[in-house]
Amino acid sequence: MGNKQTIFTDEQLDAYQVRLHGRYHELAPHLVPMDYTTEPDCKIPLALIVNMPELKENPFRNRIVESFSEDGMGNLSFNEFVDMFSVLSETAPRELKAIYAFKIYDFNVDNFLCKEDLEKTLNRLTKEELTPEEVDLVCEKTIEEADLDGDSKLSFADFENMITRAPDFLSTFHIRI
Amino acid sequence: MAGNFDLNQPLVGAGLESPADEEGVHVSFNQLIAEQCQAGERLDGFELQQLDEESRDYVAELGSGFESSGRGLYDIESDDDGRQTDPLVSVPWSSATMKILSSMPSRTIGRSRGAILSQYYNKTLQLRRRSQSRPSIRDFSHSSRPSIRGYGMEVDVIDGPQSEMEKSERLVNNLQNLSMGDRMKMLRGMPLSVVEKKELRRKTLQRDKPLTSSSKIPCCSQLKYYIIIAVRHSWYSWLSFLHSLQLWQFLLKRVGGRFGTGVLSYFLFLKTLLFFNVFLFLVTFLFLVLPQAMHPPELPEERRNFTGLDLISGAGHFTDTLMYYGYYSNFTLRRSCAGQHNTSASSAPDCLSKRLSYNMSLAYFFTIGMSFFITCIILVYSMSKSFGRSFRIDKSYSILAMKVFSSWDFKVIKKSSVELMSENNCTQLKEILAEVVQKKEKTGPCQALWRLMVHGLAWAICIGATAGCVISVYFFSEFMHKDLQRTARLANTNPLLKEASLLALPALVSLLNLLLPGLFNLAAWMEEYHSPSVRTYVALGRNLMLKVSVLAVLCYHWLGRVAAKPSDINLVCWETFVGQELYRFLIMDFIFTLLNTLFGELLWRLFSQRVLGRGRKPAFDIARNVLDLIYAQTLAWIGVLFSPLLPAVQILKLLLLFYVKVSSVMMNCQAPRKPYRVSQMTTIFITLLCFPSFLGASVCVTYTMWSIPPSTSCGPFRHLGTMFQAGKRWVQELEKNNPDLSVVAKVHAYLVENPFFLFVGAGIFLIVIYFYSQVVDGQRKVIALLQEHIEKEGVDKKYLITQLQSVHERKKGISRRLRSQDSGC
Repeated sequence: MGNKQTIFTDEQLDAYQVRLHGRYHELAPHLVPMDYTTEPDCKIPLALIVNMPELKENPFRNRIVESFSEDGMGNLSFNEFVDMFSVLSETAPRELKAIYAFKIYDFNVDNFLCKEDLEKTLNRLTKEELTPEEVDLVCEKTIEEADLDGDSKLSFADFENMITRAPDFLSTFHIRI
Repeated sequence: MAGNFDLNQPLVGAGLESPADEEGVHVSFNQLIAEQCQAGERLDGFELQQLDEESRDYVAELGSGFESSGRGLYDIESDDDGRQTDPLVSVPWSSATMKILSSMPSRTIGRSRGAILSQYYNKTLQLRRRSQSRPSIRDFSHSSRPSIRGYGMEVDVIDGPQSEMEKSERLVNNLQNLSMGDRMKMLRGMPLSVVEKKELRRKTLQRDKPLTSSSKIPCCSQLKYYIIIAVRHSWYSWLSFLHSLQLWQFLLKRVGGRFGTGVLSYFLFLKTLLFFNVFLFLVTFLFLVLPQAMHPPELPEERRNFTGLDLISGAGHFTDTLMYYGYYSNFTLRRSCAGQHNTSASSAPDCLSKRLSYNMSLAYFFTIGMSFFITCIILVYSMSKSFGRSFRIDKSYSILAMKVFSSWDFKVIKKSSVELMSENNCTQLKEILAEVVQKKEKTGPCQALWRLMVHGLAWAICIGATAGCVISVYFFSEFMHKDLQRTARLANTNPLLKEASLLALPALVSLLNLLLPGLFNLAAWMEEYHSPSVRTYVALGRNLMLKVSVLAVLCYHWLGRVAAKPSDINLVCWETFVGQELYRFLIMDFIFTLLNTLFGELLWRLFSQRVLGRGRKPAFDIARNVLDLIYAQTLAWIGVLFSPLLPAVQILKLLLLFYVKVSSVMMNCQAPRKPYRVSQMTTIFITLLCFPSFLGASVCVTYTMWSIPPSTSCGPFRHLGTMFQAGKRWVQELEKNNPDLSVVAKVHAYLVENPFFLFVGAGIFLIVIYFYSQVVDGQRKVIALLQEHIEKEGVDKKYLITQLQSVHERKKGISRRLRSQDSGC
C-alpha cells in the first residue's frame, strides 16, 4: 500500500508510514523514540518483531524478518519495517514479491534453493506430518519440475519462472496490517 | 583437459584483487556474498597467483555440490578406489573457486545494489525501445545461439566498469523518458528499500520540473489526484468489506482442512450456483415481479385456499399469484391518476403519463432474454478463465513446485487455522504426489483382454439401466397424461387427490435419480482403473448420460405433449402448468436429497461400520453430488420463463442444502482414501454447467419462445402468435411512431431475423480462433528452444567451474612439487 501512493504527494506516503510507526513503536516502546525528525538509528531485535500478532503463528516468521534486515540477523530499522510490510501488501507487484519470496525460502542464503532449503520449507509447511520418504520425494520432484539448467537446485530464474504461473501466489503471499 | 592455460602468467588482466587471504576458511557462501556486496564494485576476474601457503587451502565441501543429474556432457571419471564420481562433487572447492563462484551474477541477484541498478537500467532501456520501434537485429548482443537472436531476448549486462553513482544517473535518465505509468511500475518493482526508491523518484521528478518543486502541483491536478485517491480508498475498503462478508468462510475452511480440495470443490461449486441464482432473482424481481406487484390484475373468481400440499405441489393457492406466468398481464402498465386500472392496450385513457408506462410483455421478453444472455457471458468467461489457469502451452508442468511455494497463506494468524492449514497442505501434497508418481503396471495380453471385457460389461449394464429409465419415464408420463385427460372429462374430482397424483411423476424421476447412481457405483466396483481421476471421470460421464436423457424426455413431455394441445387436459394456461411441474420437480428433488443425506448416508455409515466391520467411514461421492446440483440448476433455468420466482425457491433450497451437507459430511464421511488431484475439477464442473446444462436450458427456452404459441387467455403474451413477436411488435410500433427510427427496424429485420448474419459472425469467430491457435503453437516452439538454450548454458557453467578448479589444482600441484624440491635439496 505504500508504493502506490508515492505517485501523489509526500503527505500521502507519510500517513501510511505514521500508521506503521505506531505499530513499530508498540513493539518496543522503550527503544523506539516517537520523534523521528532527528532520524535516530535504532533497530528492534528479531525476538520482539516475531511477537507481532501478524507474524506470531507464521512458521516462516524468522526468515521473513531476516530477509528484510540489512545485517541479516533480523534486526529491523523502521525503514526496513516499512519495506517488509509494503512488499507483503496487496498491491506490491509480482516481481518484487517473487524476489523476496525467494529470499525467504533460501534458508542457507546462497541465492539458490537447494534440497536442504526445500526440506526445511516442507517441514514447516506441513508441521512435519509427512514421512521422510515423502519429503525426499517431494523435494526431488520439485527440483526436477522447476530446474531448467540442470544443476539440481533452483536459481532465482527457475523460481521466478515457476512462481509466475502459480495462480494463487499473489493472494497467499500477503500479510494484512 | 585443456592444455592451453599458461600457468606462469596471471590469468586475468589489470586492477585485480588477489584472494590473498587463503588463511580464511570460508564455509558458506553467505559470508562471501556479503563481502562482495559490501566491498563495492569488483571485476569478475581474479588472479590466481602462485601461492606459498597452501596448507589451509582445502575447504569444507559445500553441502550441495553439482550433483550429477545425468544431463551433462561429462564423462564420469573414476576415482582411485574405482568408484565413479562426478568431478564436481569429488573434489572440494578451493577458496579461490568459491570466491569466484560467490561473485557470479546469479548468486548476487537482489543483493548488490549496483547489479540491481544495472539490471533496471537495462529493463528501462528495453521498455523505451519497445515503445519506440522494433529494434534491428544489430542492436542485440551476440548470443551464442543464433536461433533465438531477434526474439527480443537480451542478456542482462549485470556489472559494468562504472561506479554506482554513474549507474544511478543513467537509470534516472532512463526513468525520466518513460511514461508516468511505466515509471511507477518500474519503481515499484525494484527490490530496493523504500528510502532509496524515494530518492530515485525525487531525482526523477526534480529533473522533470526544474522550475516548480514537487509539492507545488497545480490546483486542478491536485484536485484530480485527491479524487483519484478517494476513489481508490473507497474501492479498497469495498473490497475488504466484501472479503469480510465472505459467505461461509470458516465452514469452508474447516471442510477443506479435513477433507481436502476434492470435497471442498463441491461446496465451492454450490456457492457459485448460489450467486448465479441470486443474480437471476434480482433481475426478475426488479423488472418483472415488482412492477406487476404494484399493479395487480383482476383475479379470477375461484381462488382456492391455502393448504399444506400447496407448498409441495405449487398449485392450488399459488396458481394465481406472482409466482407463475399466468398472473402477469400483457398490457402496458400505466400510473393512472384516477386510481383505477386500465385494462386494455388499445384504449387511450384520459390522463396518460408516458414516462411511467411499462410494457409488460416487452419487459418479460427482454428480461428473460437478457438474463440468459448475461448468464451465458458469465459462464463462458469463468469457464475460459479457469481453463486458462489449468492449460499450459509448454511441457513443463510444475504443479508440485507451485504447491510447495505458494500454498502457505501468510494472512492466517489464528493458531487453530494455522494447524488446519498445515493439515490441508499435507493432504494436498500427498494428493499431488500420488498423481505425479504413478507406477505403471505391466499387464499381459490375457489380463488386458479380461479387463476390456469387464469394462464392456459394466458399460453395458449402465447403458441398459439408463435406457430402461428413459423408457419407463416416457411411458409413465404418457400414462399420467392420459389419466389427466380422463379426470378432466369427469365432472367432480377431488382437487386434492388430483394434486397429489401430479406428484407421482416427479417422485418417480427423483427415485430413479437416487437409485441408478448406486447401480453405477456397483458396476464400477468390479472395474480396475489406472488412476482415481479416470474413475471419477467415468462415473461423471455415466451419471451425466442418465440425467441428460431423463431431462430430454421430460422436455419432450412438457413442450411436445402438454403445450401442443393444452385443451386436452382442460388447461386454461399451459405455461402455468409447466411452471408448476418444474416447481414440483425441484421440491421433490430437494426432499429426496434431504432424505438421502440425512438417512441414507447415516444408515450407510452405520451399516458399513457395524455390519461390514469396516473401520473407516464411507467416502463422499463428489461426482454424483455435483451432478445433482447441475440437474437442479438446469430445471431452475428452464423454469424461469414459466415461473419468475423460481430462482428464489432455488436460493432457499441451496442455502438449506449447504448446511445439511456440511453437517452430514463432518459426521458421516471421511477424506478419500486414495487422494487424487482435483485442481481441474472446477473447470470440469463449470464446463458441465455451461455445456449440457445451460445450453440445454436455453435451447428449450428459445424453442418455446420461437415456435410454441402462448395461451390466449393468460400471461403477458396472449394474443400473440409466438412470444418472440413481442419484440417484433415493439420495433414496428417504434417505427410507426417515429419514422426516423426506421433504421432501427431495418437493422432489426436484417440482423436478428436473418440467419445469414449468424453464419458470417460464426465464420469470423472461427477464423480468429484459428489464428490464436497458430500463435500458441509458435510460442510453444520458442519455449522449447529457450529451454534447450538454458540447459546448454548450465552445461557451460559446469564446464567452466571444473576447468577453474582443475587449473587451480594443477597450479597447487606444481607449487607443492617446487616446495618439496626446495626442501629436498
